[in-house]
Amino acid sequence: MDMRSLLRTLERATLRDIALVCLADALVGASFGAISVSGGLPLWVPIALSVLVFAGGSQFAAVGVVLSGGGALAAVATGLVLNARLLPFGFTVADVLDGPVWRRVLGAQLITDETAAFALQQGEPRRRRAAFWLCGIALYVVWNLSVLLGAGAGGLIGDTDALGLDAAFPAVLLALVLPSLTNRRTRTAAVVGAAVAVAATPFVPAGLPVLLALVGLLFAGRPGPAAAGSGPGVGSESVEAPERMAPVEKEAVR
Amino acid sequence: MMPLYAVLLLAVGTYAFRLAGPLLGGRLALSERLRHLLAVAAALLLVALVATGALTQGHGFAGWARPVGVLVAGVLALRRAPFPLVVVAGAATTAVLRLCGVG
Repeated sequence: MDMRSLLRTLERATLRDIALVCLADALVGASFGAISVSGGLPLWVPIALSVLVFAGGSQFAAVGVVLSGGGALAAVATGLVLNARLLPFGFTVADVLDGPVWRRVLGAQLITDETAAFALQQGEPRRRRAAFWLCGIALYVVWNLSVLLGAGAGGLIGDTDALGLDAAFPAVLLALVLPSLTNRRTRTAAVVGAAVAVAATPFVPAGLPVLLALVGLLFAGRPGPAAAGSGPGVGSESVEAPERMAPVEKEAVR
Repeated sequence: MMPLYAVLLLAVGTYAFRLAGPLLGGRLALSERLRHLLAVAAALLLVALVATGALTQGHGFAGWARPVGVLVAGVLALRRAPFPLVVVAGAATTAVLRLCGVG
């Protein structure tokens, strides 16, 4: 995996898009580190989650459940349901990782919304492979560094409520999930789920309301012929044709 | 609290989701229906986290300052404002409301 030949294989526009996605994810990562630590978690938690789980949405979700008083197992369950979407992504990019077992084992950890989208954007197998590995390696490095920096900064913050940081957590998630709500059925399912979660909050242990939201899946309907406007983000209908999306929208949640 | 075993469980489970495709790719295919449900489930959980995170604290209402801040962030995000602006504006709105005595 020679980095220079990866760079030469890809078009300038693709390289620029990858850089923009890295930049956007760096900001998300720094927010994640800062919110986790300022919320009261020890420094190692956001760092270990980032290195080992490497999926932003589930990292935010797990920390969110824990910070709101939920149990560790509820946090794990929420994160796992969220990351189940990586299963189809794995099948989608399987051809990119074709080859020796070590390549599949290493490459699998780099499967994210973004890497799957960039790989699919490229037609030619050589370019698909280059886009996947370059985006994956760059994101892995950038994500973990930015989480580390954010976590360090988060430790310096004093009164987090006075600074409104408790609003930053849902604000980040909202910004991340909005692009994937273009599909009407997804929206309906999400609104029903959210209503159930909020209504259940006074009555059930913390962490459980979010899982109860899954009853919203009853409104998910069937897969449409073309999921209009959905991108590679979380909950997107497919990871096809990401070129229609602005680079910023590709950031989504890892 | 987030004990180490929870971090490891989440990491191992997530990695298993990732590895299944590259290992079994040629021999197994996922149905459209399942792909659709997994995608909707992910979006749904995130929206539920936004709603509970914005509106509730413990078993009760979080007060007005936080949901209003999140609402401001949501409007900015819909208008495609840059990500840092979205987050900072949300937090700042909540902070200012609290400064003015809104709970």
